Amino acid sequence: MNPLTDTETLPSPDVDETAANPVAGIDQTRGDFKYDVAYEFDAGTGLNEKTIDYISDVKKEAAWIREFRHAALKTFRAKPMPTHWATRDLENIDFDKIRYYLAQGQKPKRTWDEVPDDIKKTFERLGIPEQERKYLAGVEAQFDSEAAYSNIKEIVSRQGVIFVNSTEGLREHPELFRKWFGKVIPTGDNKFSALNSAVFSGGSFIYVPKGVKVAQPLQAYFRINAENFGQFERTLIIADEGSEVTYMEGCTAPKFSTSTLHSAVVELVALKGAKIQYITVQNWANNVFNLVTKRGLAHEEAEIKWIDCNIGSRLTMKYPGVVLKGRKARGEVISIALANDGQHQDTGAKMIHAADETTSNVISKSISVGQGRATYRGQIHIPKHLKGCKNNTECDALLINTNSRTDTYPAITVRGDDNYVQHEASVSKVNEEMIFYMQQRGLTEGQAMSLAVNGFINDLARQFPMEYSVELKRLIDLEMEGSVG
Amino acid sequence: MSSLVIQDLHVAIGEKEIVKGLSLTIGSGEVHAVMGPNGTGKSTLAKAIAGHPDCTITKGDVILDGVSILEQEADERARAGIFLAFQYPSEIPGVSIANFLRAARQARLAEGEELDATAYYKRLYARMDLLKIDRKFTSRAVNEGFSGGEKKRCEILQMAMLEPRIAVMDETDSGLDIDALRIVADGVNTLRGPNLGVLLITHYQRLLEYIVPDFVHVMYDGRIVKSGGKDLALELEAKGYDWVKKDFATATA
Repeated sequence: MNPLTDTETLPSPDVDETAANPVAGIDQTRGDFKYDVAYEFDAGTGLNEKTIDYISDVKKEAAWIREFRHAALKTFRAKPMPTHWATRDLENIDFDKIRYYLAQGQKPKRTWDEVPDDIKKTFERLGIPEQERKYLAGVEAQFDSEAAYSNIKEIVSRQGVIFVNSTEGLREHPELFRKWFGKVIPTGDNKFSALNSAVFSGGSFIYVPKGVKVAQPLQAYFRINAENFGQFERTLIIADEGSEVTYMEGCTAPKFSTSTLHSAVVELVALKGAKIQYITVQNWANNVFNLVTKRGLAHEEAEIKWIDCNIGSRLTMKYPGVVLKGRKARGEVISIALANDGQHQDTGAKMIHAADETTSNVISKSISVGQGRATYRGQIHIPKHLKGCKNNTECDALLINTNSRTDTYPAITVRGDDNYVQHEASVSKVNEEMIFYMQQRGLTEGQAMSLAVNGFINDLARQFPMEYSVELKRLIDLEMEGSVG
Repeated sequence: MSSLVIQDLHVAIGEKEIVKGLSLTIGSGEVHAVMGPNGTGKSTLAKAIAGHPDCTITKGDVILDGVSILEQEADERARAGIFLAFQYPSEIPGVSIANFLRAARQARLAEGEELDATAYYKRLYARMDLLKIDRKFTSRAVNEGFSGGEKKRCEILQMAMLEPRIAVMDETDSGLDIDALRIVADGVNTLRGPNLGVLLITHYQRLLEYIVPDFVHVMYDGRIVKSGGKDLALELEAKGYDWVKKDFATATA
C-alpha cells in the first residue's frame, strides 16, 4: 500500500461524536456566530455550496473557476479521511465549525501606508517591511484569506516577472496560469487538496519569463489572525525555460484556545533548464492543523528544491514532492521538523522519477521533544524502463527524552538494473552526559539542549538564506527553552 | 584569592557510597595532585565537585569562596568558577568549538547583554596562540572524531577561555598516550598562576614528571590517606599502592 496517496475509497470511519474531543471548543453554538466588525467579507461558518458561491461572487471569478470549486467540493465530500494510514487526530477537525473566508477587501495594497493599521502593525512586528527593504525582490503579505499587501520591486517587474495573488493571477493572466493550475496537483490528489481546490483564496501566482534570473528572493508571509478559521492559500509558480527564482514563505498564527486549519496547495512548474527553490519556515501555534500538499514538476534539465522547516502546529502533514518529468531533471527536499510536546510532525518527501538520468536527493532531520512525535514518510519511485536514475535519501531523528517518538516509513520502489538508490537512516538521543558536559561549561540545561539541536540540524540550516537561518536558530532556542522542566 | 574547601565529603552513586569522608582545601596558585589506585573514587570526587546528577552527596560540604555549592546546578557551579576537564569529553555533533565557547562565554553575561564578537575572537585567537593551537582547530565540531590528544587540547583550550578559579583535571585514565599527557601538562603549566587552583587527578606518577604539584594526596577507599609535598609522589612510585593499602589496613585495624 502506498502510504502517501489517498486514492482508496473506504467507508467513512465511525466517529464517536461524544468522544473526548479537544477541539470541541470551536465555535460551539450557532448563535455564537457573529461578524467580526473588522472583516468586511465573511463566508460564515461551515462549508456548503453557498460558501463556495460566496467566495466566487466576492472574487468575481470566471465561470470555469466556480465550476472547478464546486467539483472539488464534491470530491472533498466523497473522500474519506486518510486515517487508514495517517493519525486519527484528523478526525478531530470539525469542518462545520470552521470559517472559510474572511477578508477586509480583495485588492492588496501596493504600499504599506495604504494597509489598514492593525494589519500593518502585525506585519511590522513580524519584520516583513524591513526585510522587504533589505533583501527581497517582492513581498506578498496575506492576512487570513486575502493578501493585504503585495508588491514587487520595479526592477523585477520590468523583467516581466509576474507576482500576484491567486485571484488576480487567474483573472488577469489566464493564458499563463490556467494551463498549469490544478495540473501538478489534481483536485482529487487527496482530501485536503480537494478542500483547498473548493475554497482556495490568496497565495502567490508567479511567472518568471524565459531566461530571467530573479536575483533576490520573492517572499510571501501567511498570517492567520482569526479564530475558528481556515486558511487555504493556493500557490502556482511557473519558471519558464532557463529562468531561476527563489521563493520563501513564512507562516505564523497567534495561539487560540480553539483549533485552526491551514491547508494549502502549492504547485511548481520548472520548464526546461529552469530552477526553482522554495523555502518554508513555518512556526504555527500548537493548535493549528497544517495539512499541505506541495509538488513540483521538473522538465528537462530543470531543478526543483524544497527547503522545508516545520516548527509548531498541532499536526503537520506535508510531503513536498518533485515529479521528474524530463531527462536530467533534479529534485531535492531538505526538511527539518521539530515536534514539541503535544505536536505531531508527519512530514517527508516524494520523488517520482519519470525520465532517464533524473536524480533526486532527500535529507530529512526531525527532532522530537517530550511527548512530541515525528514521522517521516518517503516515497521514491523509479520505474523499470528508466536508465541512469539516482536517489539519495537520508533521514535522521533526534530524540530529546524517552517519551518522544519517531517513526520512519520509507517506501522505495526502484525497478530496473540501471538505477541507483541509497538510503540511510539514524535515530539518536541527546544523552545526559552531553548535556552535563555543556552545563559544566556554564550553559543552562535549556541552552545546552538548544545548542545540541542546532548542532544536529547545522548542516541543513546552512542551506537557508542567512536571515532565515538566524530566525530558525531563534525559533529553536524558544522551543527548547520551554521544553526543559 | 579563591579557595575550594571540601569538608568530610561523602558521595554515593545509586546506593553505593564511593567517597567516604574526604577533606581537602585548594587555594589559588596551588596545584594539588590526587593519586590512588583504580576504583578508589577519584573520578567520582571530580564529578561530585562539578555537580553531576548521578552523584548524591550524603554528608559534608563543598565550599567555593565561602559559599556552599552543593545546592547549585552544574551550570551555576561552572559559572561560579569551577571547571572540570573531562576524562572522556562528550562529542557535540554540528557545534564548532568556536561556537560552543562563544555560547559558554555568552552564558556568563547578564541577561540581555550581548557578547562582543570581535573581542571574543581576538581573545580566542590569543589563547590559541598561547597554547600553540592551529587556527583551523576551532572550526571543527566539539570532540567529534577527535583523537585522544585532540580531545585534551580541546579541554585545555576551553579551560583557557573560561578562566576558572578552580580547575579539576580528571586524568585518571591510564591509557593516555605520551602526547596527550604532554598536552595536558603544557596546558596546565601555561595556565598555572596566582588566580588558578588546580586539582589534578591521576593514576600514575608519570603526569607529575611534567606538572610539578605543590601538594600530593593519596586517595584510597574513598578518602585521603596520606598527604605531602611533591616527593610523596616519588615515594609512591617507588613503593607502589600496596604500601598505602598496607598502611591503611593497619590504621583502620
